[in-house]
Amino acid sequence: MIPAAFDYQRSATLDDALKAIADGGGTVKLLAGGQSLLPLLKLRLGSADRLVDIGRLGELKGVRRLPDGRLAIGAMTTYSELAASSARHYGVVADALPTIGDVQVRNRGTVGGAVAHADPASDLAACFLALDAEIVARSVRGERTIPVDGFFTGPFSTALATDELITEVRLPGPRDDAGSAYASLEQPASGYAMVGAAVVVFVAGDGSIEGANVALTGVGPHPYRARAVEAALAGSDRSAASLAAAAAHATDGIDVVGDIHAGREYRTAMAAVYTRRAIEAALARLG
Amino acid sequence: MSEHITFVVNGIPRELDVEPRRLLVQALREDLDLTGTHVGCDTSQCGACTVHVDGMAVKSCTMLAVQAEGSEVRTIEGLADGDTLHPLQAAFWEKHGLQCGFCTPGMIMTAADLLARNADPSDDEIRHAIDGNICRCTGYQNIVAAVREAARVIRSGGATVAAQG
Ligand SMILES: Cc1cc2nc3c(=O)[nH]c(=O)nc-3n(C[C@H](O)[C@H](O)[C@H](O)COP(=O)(O)OP(=O)(O)OC[C@H]3O[C@@H](n4cnc5c(N)ncnc54)[C@H](O)[C@@H]3O)c2cc1C
Ligand code: FES
Ligand code: FES
Repeated sequence: MIPAAFDYQRSATLDDALKAIADGGGTVKLLAGGQSLLPLLKLRLGSADRLVDIGRLGELKGVRRLPDGRLAIGAMTTYSELAASSARHYGVVADALPTIGDVQVRNRGTVGGAVAHADPASDLAACFLALDAEIVARSVRGERTIPVDGFFTGPFSTALATDELITEVRLPGPRDDAGSAYASLEQPASGYAMVGAAVVVFVAGDGSIEGANVALTGVGPHPYRARAVEAALAGSDRSAASLAAAAAHATDGIDVVGDIHAGREYRTAMAAVYTRRAIEAALARLG
Repeated sequence: MSEHITFVVNGIPRELDVEPRRLLVQALREDLDLTGTHVGCDTSQCGACTVHVDGMAVKSCTMLAVQAEGSEVRTIEGLADGDTLHPLQAAFWEKHGLQCGFCTPGMIMTAADLLARNADPSDDEIRHAIDGNICRCTGYQNIVAAVREAARVIRSGGATVAAQG
């Protein structure tokens, strides 16, 4: 399969890329690792007049620790590079990465591309939601920081404007009182999550649960924070019954997706199961 | 409109004029006559088109030729040392890791990516590594055995097998 013809421009600098998308008025698309964009163009489910290749922008690559302890992940960092970086110390990220695609996809696919593409079943999107990440977006108009909660607005839709480029994703610094984990039920052929649950739990000195961030992917129109689960977990004990009762709220208020791989009822049931498993695994990491 | 690209393929500097939409796999197979790299699904699923770009396994049906500008590309044709098979090629032969051979070039390039990072992978690690490579006829048992054998050979000093006719 061959995509429809397009013009190609390899950006030498970030400013070049920003100018190109500002002038393009939506018919210009950024090309990062190409692991979502190229299949779409090949199947002619998407089109572009011009691709602006940001693959060589070294300034968008790599993971660095900010002075305040936060971790800044450059948008062009591949999944494989992320797995080898200090981001692997976040349990939720370490759990999710090996489940994404396959080696070849992880060698090309980038963090910025994953977030911008906003697949309703994106694994990393759920992790970033649970970690309360921030997305840094830049355009010729300037830079802004967007909280990840609210960034995903629908299937393949985000709060990003057409002239904006994601430069990095920032994760809060690690905390001794936090444990995190990811658990997912994959569609056996595609490997995409039919249900993915990302959990960060915060535990008080006496071992009780102080609070939690819980995010799901593959379940609704876009990855989301499961606030009702979080509310039920806050102040809860760690008994199996309490955790299961909290996890049962995983799809509260969500228009659960049903498809040929998993009907609505099954997905709803599995959302609760995988949320519970992720909570248990996150707690287990704290000992 | 065509783009001029310069890259190194199996150690040889190459230059091509390609349309931006030309896939890396097309450039390799059709422009450079390197037909060892196969196209199975053409939809990023099967891994038959796997090659190395700057030492990393990638699906060449899911990469534009222009994205390989300035890169070092290695295909299955670049693995053997003259007539001496690479330990992975020898082990696929020895362990019967192929029947029709369609998936084999991609399977071997993915396995080579694994062994470059992990000299002694467990069976689970091998299976996880070839997750993106589909074999429709051999079954995975012998493929895993072949990768394990190649790892052993490389660890023990890389004794390779001379190709015999
Ligand atoms: C076989 C296969 C299996 C997969 N399995 C999974 C899976 O299990 N789980 C999962 O979550 N994903 C999966 N994916 C999808 C993959 O994770 C994403 O497609 C990939 O990470 C997107 O990143 P990219 O760099 O390839 O983006 P590209 O494909 O280059 O771009 C995707 C979109 O994002 C835009 N974009 C890219 N970078 C930026 C930026 N910095 N700023 C603004 N916009 C940008 C592009 O314009 C484009 O619209 C799979 C993909 C394949 C091919
Ligand atoms: S031909 Fe490229 S993955 Fe199947
Ligand atoms: S050997 Fe025939 S598909 Fe694998």
